[in-house]
Amino acid sequence: MPQQIDTWVVLAFCSAIFMIGLAGVLIRRNILVILMSVELMLNAVNLTFVTFSKALHHMGGQMSVFFIITVAAAESAVGLGLVIAMFRTLRSVDTDEIQLLRE
Amino acid sequence: MLALIPLFPLVGFLINGCWYALFQAPRGCKKAGATVPGVIATLAIAASFVVALFGFIQLHAMGSEHRVIEQVLYNWITAGDLHVDMAFRLDPLNSLFTLVITGVGTLIHLYSIGYMGHDATPGKFFCYLNLFCFAMLMLVLGASMPILFLGWEGVGLCSYLLIGYWYTDIEKAKAGKKAFVVNRIGDFGFLLGMFLIFNTFHTLDFEALRTAVGTGGDLLAAHGADLGTVTAICLLLFIGCMGKSAQIPLYVWLPDAMAGPTPVSALIHAATMVTSGIYMVSRLNFLYSLSPTALHVVASVGAFTAFFAATIALVQKDIKKVLAYSTVSQLGYMFLACGVGAYTAGVFHVITHAFFKALLFLGAGSVIHGMHEEQDIMKMGGLKSKMPWTFITFAAGWLAICGIPPFAGFFSKDEILWQSFSSPNGSVVLWGLGALTAVMTAFYMTRLFSLTFLGKPRFDEKKLGSHHDNVVVHAPVHGHDHGHGHGHAHGDSHAKSGVHESPMTMVLPLQILAVASVIGGFMGMPHMSWLEQWLEPVIPVHEGAVALGGSMEWVLMGVSVAGAVIGVMVAFKFFAPSPEKSEASLQAALGVRNRWPVLNRMLDHKWYVDEIYEAVFVRPIQALSQGLWKQVDVAVIDRFVLGFGRVSAWTGQTIRVMQTGSIQVYALMLAIGVLATVGYLIYGLA
Repeated sequence: MPQQIDTWVVLAFCSAIFMIGLAGVLIRRNILVILMSVELMLNAVNLTFVTFSKALHHMGGQMSVFFIITVAAAESAVGLGLVIAMFRTLRSVDTDEIQLLRE
Repeated sequence: MLALIPLFPLVGFLINGCWYALFQAPRGCKKAGATVPGVIATLAIAASFVVALFGFIQLHAMGSEHRVIEQVLYNWITAGDLHVDMAFRLDPLNSLFTLVITGVGTLIHLYSIGYMGHDATPGKFFCYLNLFCFAMLMLVLGASMPILFLGWEGVGLCSYLLIGYWYTDIEKAKAGKKAFVVNRIGDFGFLLGMFLIFNTFHTLDFEALRTAVGTGGDLLAAHGADLGTVTAICLLLFIGCMGKSAQIPLYVWLPDAMAGPTPVSALIHAATMVTSGIYMVSRLNFLYSLSPTALHVVASVGAFTAFFAATIALVQKDIKKVLAYSTVSQLGYMFLACGVGAYTAGVFHVITHAFFKALLFLGAGSVIHGMHEEQDIMKMGGLKSKMPWTFITFAAGWLAICGIPPFAGFFSKDEILWQSFSSPNGSVVLWGLGALTAVMTAFYMTRLFSLTFLGKPRFDEKKLGSHHDNVVVHAPVHGHDHGHGHGHAHGDSHAKSGVHESPMTMVLPLQILAVASVIGGFMGMPHMSWLEQWLEPVIPVHEGAVALGGSMEWVLMGVSVAGAVIGVMVAFKFFAPSPEKSEASLQAALGVRNRWPVLNRMLDHKWYVDEIYEAVFVRPIQALSQGLWKQVDVAVIDRFVLGFGRVSAWTGQTIRVMQTGSIQVYALMLAIGVLATVGYLIYGLA
């Protein structure tokens, strides 16, 4: 029987992925990469849910994951659609150049 | 049935008003024609007259003790103690007023069809005129103070609208404004009086009020009222009368009100509206009779106004101004009568005055119409042969106002003079002022009459005509319009230039009013007065007059007739009736006037009253308003309000720096916010 990984290790791993995603959202200028970072953050949260579900023997966490995966799929579709529309009108996917609401 | 009386003019007003506002005004009608709106308006008021006549006959058929017809339409106001019904009540007093208003009103409407024939907007004129009749009838028929007040304000509004009817002339617009403002001062007193009545007696209905006061005021104490309260009520209400009925010190608007069309002067500023003050005082006679102080004030103001206005009328040159000051003077007589407790005599004079003063004004209008908008009597003369009907009817009015027996004015004026001498509240001083006024009245009316109709013409008839033709050619649509001169387009009767007699619609009312001025006085013959009996349920007959005995009455009557005759004779000496002497006698009159230059100047400037008011009230108030505007409104309030705006704008400008437009910055803010919240939830609460 393989050794069970400690819960805190997994949680630390999730936090690391979440922080990487957050950093990606805040730092990167390419909107595609930002979207990918958002996905990273979402999946970090999914993993957290699953971990707690296993640790606490409660199926609520795993149920939430399915919801999040479904919503995230829809969100990516909408997000990518927006990115394409943005690129068609502005010829750019750089967030520094899309600040139309400022003035 | 009573509601029909004011309803007819209201319907006429709505028809004419809607027709004018919807169809004529938008198209800027140049030639509207006075016939259709005039006939509608005349029929409306004539229908009221018929209903009023039925009401009068019905009252007459009742027993003298309960001659009252009442109609409650609906409950108008209910608030706490205050219940006001929209109710009308016809009794002997206001049945007379109603008859005079609708009767004389009908004649003046008829006259206006001819007079306003060349006006640009006769629809508007007749609509206002009907509205006035409606308001005036509400005033006299209302069963309680608020309805009277409704009419009181309504007639004020119509007076304003009609004085400033030719509002493109700034002077006329100003005259309208002056009338409105001066009347507002009076209305303020009236309102306060009304409040005080309600506060004291908890009712505003006239009959309820009479019951509350009790016979001779024996129930006053039950309401916690004393004589002081009653005096205050009476004096406050009398301030309203000063405004509406043009008494010193608020008379100044009436002479200026002559800017309106002449039928308006006849209807509103001579026959009806200005007598509403006398109506109110005699309606509330049970209150006034309780307070000797109030009565004394009323009598003194009346007598002094009568005298004062007569002195000004002595030297006026404008035919309408003479009549205007004469009206102020006659109104003073009426208040003198009310003030000595002879309300019946006051009402009597209201009626006869309505006849002869409406006649005189309409006659003056006919002269102005015939002379092509000339109003200066110095430029008239010799109109006797040119305008025979106007001459004859005007003569009847002239004799009536001078107080020559047996014309109407003699009886009423003599009654007032006798009462002011013999009544317990009267005195020799009041009688003396009244008698002196009578002499002056005879003088200035004879002067007016002689200068207008007798002697030889002091105008160039050809010039009048040619000048008139010029007006026809150059008349702008909304140009300088005097009298009926709005864009003259003359019909057949006006085709020939020069002075002409007025059309039939104008002459007929003159003839009817002349007959009324001749025989109208017989309803109040001394000692067999039908009027006194008729009014007895409303105005109790007081016995003081009989005490002095008959012979004194005859002596005083002789004195007043002699005074009138002297006035007429003196005027004829200076303003001679015969063409040969007229030039010389005019010079003599001028010589007499030049002997007292100071007095002369004072009279010419109407005792400088307008100038004094200008300096004492108008200028300081204007200065105060200017000061408030510049120092308070602009300097303080505006700064405060604009300051709010500036602070908001500055705050916005400062904070908008945060809005970079960069998604990442927003995301960072979001992350920080979430972290802060989570941190607070985990660590802060614990």
